[in-house]
Order: sequence, then structure tokens, then C-alpha cells
Amino acid sequence: MSFQILLNVFLAFLWMFLSSNYSVSRFIIGYLLGLLCILAMRRFFKSRLYTDRVWAVIKLTVLFIKELILANVSVLKLVLNPKLELQPAFFKYETTLTQDWEITLLSSLITLTPGTVVVHVSDDSKALFIHVIDSDDIDETIDSIKNSFEKAILEVSQT
Amino acid sequence: MTILANILIVFFILAGLLFIVVSAIGLYRLPDLYTRAHAASKSSTLGVMCILIGVFFHFWLKENHFNPGILLGILFLFITGPVGGHIMSRASYLAGVKPWPGTVRDDLKIEVEKMKKEQGIK
Repeated sequence: MSFQILLNVFLAFLWMFLSSNYSVSRFIIGYLLGLLCILAMRRFFKSRLYTDRVWAVIKLTVLFIKELILANVSVLKLVLNPKLELQPAFFKYETTLTQDWEITLLSSLITLTPGTVVVHVSDDSKALFIHVIDSDDIDETIDSIKNSFEKAILEVSQT
Repeated sequence: MTILANILIVFFILAGLLFIVVSAIGLYRLPDLYTRAHAASKSSTLGVMCILIGVFFHFWLKENHFNPGILLGILFLFITGPVGGHIMSRASYLAGVKPWPGTVRDDLKIEVEKMKKEQGIK
């Protein structure tokens, strides 16, 4: 992936030198033309196109912001509710992610999801221990949310 | 245009204030440390972020001063907020802070006991 970005920047510089006009607009034009070349030559790369991965990162960021706002609305409802209806629980969540940065990202995503905070990551980093604030109705929905998070992270990390 | 800018600024700063007040009320009302960590790690992160966005828009749209330092501050808050909540609740669990009696299920207890046995801590 980084090789493709480097190649694209190199092609943009090449375009700048070819037209002997060293301005930002030339660089952008060269970058777009280089992107076109890389798109045309995609079958010679072993990994997938880096634009796919950039798109996946953008999708993950949007998901992150959406979940942050939802989490805050749910905390707001919980705190301002005159009757405290809590059923806190610690539960174990098995993850399929392997790399350290993926697990870090997943746990900060979970911490910002409605009603969950990651308390502990097991030593072999295969399970996350999550504190959930209201266990009866959330337990299943949370699993589905996390499957969508895990899928989004896997989409970023796959080569 | 000024009205639109004003609405944007006032909206963000009011939303931030609301979330910070809610996180303070949550710290007061919720029963134990782990439930308080929910209020503290989420609401205050978003509240401070909203206020910073409001300040950013104010200086950008009204004073014509684009300040990227504020955007970097938002990014750092975004990264460090959840990690702080995680580390504090983990440290207090390992130090033996009891969860609220109403806690329904506790998978972590077994794991922590196993860990302590392996490392020879009583």
C-alpha cells in the first residue's frame, strides 16, 4: 500500500518536471494522472489498490463519529432518567483480530459505543472483557454492532 | 452568512456544555466506579470536542483566523479519551475495587483470579 502511494507521488513529481511548472496545481494534476496510471496497471500489484483502503478508513471514521454521538445520547438518557435502571455486567468477548493496532482500535471503538467500556484485554489478546451498563436488552445488539466494527477494521487491514 | 455562522457556533458550544453537565451529573448519580467511567469517558470527550469545534468555527468564520492547532487538539482528545477510561477502570479492577452489588454477571473475576494465580499474587 505504501509502495503504491510512493509511486503515485513519484509520478506526480515526474509530471511536474515534464511540464517544468512547479506549482501545487501541477502536482495535483500529476497526482490524478498517476492515479489513473496505477488504476490501469492494477493487475501488476500484489496487494489491492490503496484507494480501497483509504475509502475503508473514511467509512470507519464516519462509523466512529456516529457511534460517539449515539453513545452520548444514550448516556444522557440514562443519567437524566429519574429512576436509575441499571444492570451492569462484565462479559467476555472473543475477538478474531490478531494484530495489536487492530485490537487497540477495536477497544477504543467499543469504549465509545453506547453502554460499553473495555476493562481488560486478556494476556494472549484473544478476548476482551467489557463492562456493559445495561445488560438485558443490549447484550445481543452489542454483538451485532461489534461484528460491524470488526468487519470494518478487517476491511481496512486486509491486503 | 453571519447568522448561519452564529447559529453554528452557538449550537456547538451549547451541545458541548450540555454533554459536560450530563457527565458531571452522571459522576454524581451513578452507583459505582465502572458505571461512572461510562459517563466520564464518553460525555466529557464529546463535550470538550464540541466546545473546541465551536471555538474553531468562531475564530475561522468571524475573525478569519484558521487555527489548525484546535483541530489537532480534537484529534488528540479523540484518541486519548477512551484509553483513559479503559486504563482507569482496569487499574481499579486489578486493585480490587468492588463493583456495584447489582452487577449481574462477572466474567472478569475468573480471569483475574487465574492471572493472579499464574503470577503468584495473593
